[in-house]
Amino acid sequence: MGNMKTNDRTANETARGISTTCVHAGEERQKEASSITDPIFCASTYTFANTAAVIEFIEKKLPREEYGRYGNPGEKVVERKLAALDGAEAAVLYSSGMAAVAGLLLAKLNSGDEVIFFDECYHRTREFCSKHMARFGVVTHQVPAGDYDAMEAAINKNTRLLVSESPTNPHLSVVDLERFAGLGRKHGVETLIDATLGTPYNVQPIGAGVDYVLHSATKYLGGHNDLLAGVIVGSEEQLAPVRKLRGITGAVNSPHNFYLLERGLKTFELRMQRHNANGQAVAEFLHEHPRIEKVYYPGLPSHPYHEIASRTMRGFGGLVTFLIKDADWRATADVVDRVQIPRIAPSLGGVESLIEQPLVMSYYEMPVEDRKRFGIPDNMIRLSCGIENTEDLVADLKQALQG
Amino acid sequence: MKFRTRAIHVGNEPDPATGAVVPPLHLASTFVQAKAGVPQEYDYARSGSPTRKSFETTLANLEGGTHALAFATGMAATTCVTMMLSSGDHIVAGRDIYGGTYRLLHNVMNRFGIGVTLVRTDGDLSELKAAITPRTRLLWIETPGNPLMSITDIAACAEVARQHRLLLAVDSTFATPALTRPLELGADIVMHSATKYIGGHSDLLGGALVVQDKALYDKLYYIQNATGPVMGPLESYLCTRGLKTLELRVREQSRVAAQLADWLSDNPRVARVNYPGRAGHPGHSIAARQMDGAFGAMLSFEIKGGYEAAQRLVESTKLFALAVSLGAVESLIEQPASMSHASYQREDRLAVGISDGLIRVSVGLEDFEDLRDDLDQALVSALK
Ligand SMILES: Cc1ncc(COP(=O)(O)O)c(C=O)c1O
Ligand SMILES: Cc1ncc(COP(=O)(O)O)c(C=O)c1O
Repeated sequence: MGNMKTNDRTANETARGISTTCVHAGEERQKEASSITDPIFCASTYTFANTAAVIEFIEKKLPREEYGRYGNPGEKVVERKLAALDGAEAAVLYSSGMAAVAGLLLAKLNSGDEVIFFDECYHRTREFCSKHMARFGVVTHQVPAGDYDAMEAAINKNTRLLVSESPTNPHLSVVDLERFAGLGRKHGVETLIDATLGTPYNVQPIGAGVDYVLHSATKYLGGHNDLLAGVIVGSEEQLAPVRKLRGITGAVNSPHNFYLLERGLKTFELRMQRHNANGQAVAEFLHEHPRIEKVYYPGLPSHPYHEIASRTMRGFGGLVTFLIKDADWRATADVVDRVQIPRIAPSLGGVESLIEQPLVMSYYEMPVEDRKRFGIPDNMIRLSCGIENTEDLVADLKQALQG
Repeated sequence: MKFRTRAIHVGNEPDPATGAVVPPLHLASTFVQAKAGVPQEYDYARSGSPTRKSFETTLANLEGGTHALAFATGMAATTCVTMMLSSGDHIVAGRDIYGGTYRLLHNVMNRFGIGVTLVRTDGDLSELKAAITPRTRLLWIETPGNPLMSITDIAACAEVARQHRLLLAVDSTFATPALTRPLELGADIVMHSATKYIGGHSDLLGGALVVQDKALYDKLYYIQNATGPVMGPLESYLCTRGLKTLELRVREQSRVAAQLADWLSDNPRVARVNYPGRAGHPGHSIAARQMDGAFGAMLSFEIKGGYEAAQRLVESTKLFALAVSLGAVESLIEQPASMSHASYQREDRLAVGISDGLIRVSVGLEDFEDLRDDLDQALVSALK
């Protein structure tokens, strides 16, 4: 596999602009068959010319592929691109965001270890920890999002990982990443930020000193609502056991998916600029609208985390959460049903705008008290702004709110 | 309906919108909801997608199960089963399980307080029975086993599992549903590396679990959705496509494997042949009972002349490619001592019957004469 040598990739890729990184980082300049784009390797297994090649491979003298579960040339390209976007050394790609969560936790935690979450972190991640990892003897603590003192107080000698999402979903609370990372460093505990909503365009947790960043690449990184993927980025050394475990538990992505991911990444900066612009414009429009009780968007000065967000984020993303004034769940659903452009669907971060009422979409079967505890009122709507034209989205919301 | 008819038709209804005889591939990660609060079959692709469902429906039917789950790899399917367990639980597994399964049990599950005992499962089950403790929850077997094609009696294991209220899971990758249907023999879970015969063309990674019990399915589904190692849409389609020719391929590949096994047994350069279809194989009578009219397309043999001769042999073939993996239309060859079982200490390896001169062959879909001639010339040059 002569094409796997790294010396014809530019050494200083990280100094380049974001779209240059999106288009070129991680790729060989001269590819197989002189093709401008990377080929898709579907092969499950890779042949050896002779036994000497097998032995050379086993003794690690020759970097090459062996079997699809242990690596794929296209996977390496997209991993390098993702690492470059986050300003990190390495990335490990998975079949989904949840597979990335499970991959990191199963690699880093043992029976008896403890994890502390900010309680606005993606609820399925917390559930995975408090249900499954609990059966494996791992203890999960949750403290209020943004309460760094409570998080510090919960650290003990068994604590192995501090976890938060930033910004959070659907409240868009923003973590002070340096403070969060500093807490981990002070106590010798590793830190993980789920930056799915933030994306490497808007936030750079690795630069702030966080150990691991998680993305559901299903969302903005893929960006076209046509694939599932997840990734953990961090240092090569810290990710080595994570990568090794992925080879054992087999939660790898597929060559067709990660080619689509690589392709999606080429337009990542362009898309993010439009997502950010749409998010900001829609949030400002809603903020002024008489039927709106409250808007959650870190780009609005009224948002409690606006100051941290302005300091630490390049843009504020495409997700806008808002409450309809004096509306019960049905009146809120009516607004959702009246929009013409966003489609009613779970997920976020794709070119198509998506709208949902969290009560209905994600918390339907949850008792009222629990929904209160999670801060999910009946009149809440979450809008993932796509990359449609801003005026069209605003006009559509305007008519839906008139109805 | 018979197996092949079901392989082609069950789960493969023509597209109602266009009449397309092959349903369209759905790449969508999310599914539009017609109205707020009205649940639909699909909402988010990690939780289920039409193309994956189609493969799962066909496979469940072919295995005589009610539900199947498709995974990113065979190991992801196996991991899902082990994730049902809790700290303090215990697994009894066959001693010749796939190396990846061995590593999952010994290097991952042990960190979470889950114990494992490896036992001999081919032939006499006394060692297996003796290993069961009050904490044992899962019995994991693989048949035919690798690389000696050891045969485990699934029905007998199911009886033991029933007595002790254990779950019996069978890695049926080598047998495929065309030849063995473990659920019909009393197993609770069938596991496949779909990378192998189900895909059948060396061009995808995939895994699957099949069960008959809805409650067990619900548990496994919950874990699959929470941990997310699902099969992608194109792989799901290629697996559906692979199932349509599964029986043809497996029966033809098995027929050629049997011919090669006979030819190898008569070859003076070969010390021993391991193929369950031969009367001398220790698992032959069980295999004849639980394998449906053929004995699979995997075989192994020992070349006279040991390690170096085996090494020269695998380097001298022109059609058989030197590679790990198996189950595809291309024939593959490997030397367990230097490849799949290279991490074993030599004494441990010899103790389980994997000699220096052992060669494992995955018989593809090429013509018997061509494969025979290729092995013949390679045997000659290996022992020159
Ligand atoms: C913030 C966040 N983290 C993780 C995930 C899980 O990712 P995936 O759906 O790709 O498994 C999601 C989406 O579902 C998410 O929104
Ligand atoms: C018998 C058996 N079980 C399980 C596996 C694991 O499957 P996969 O490689 O698809 O993860 C394999 C192959 O690698 C195998 O041969």
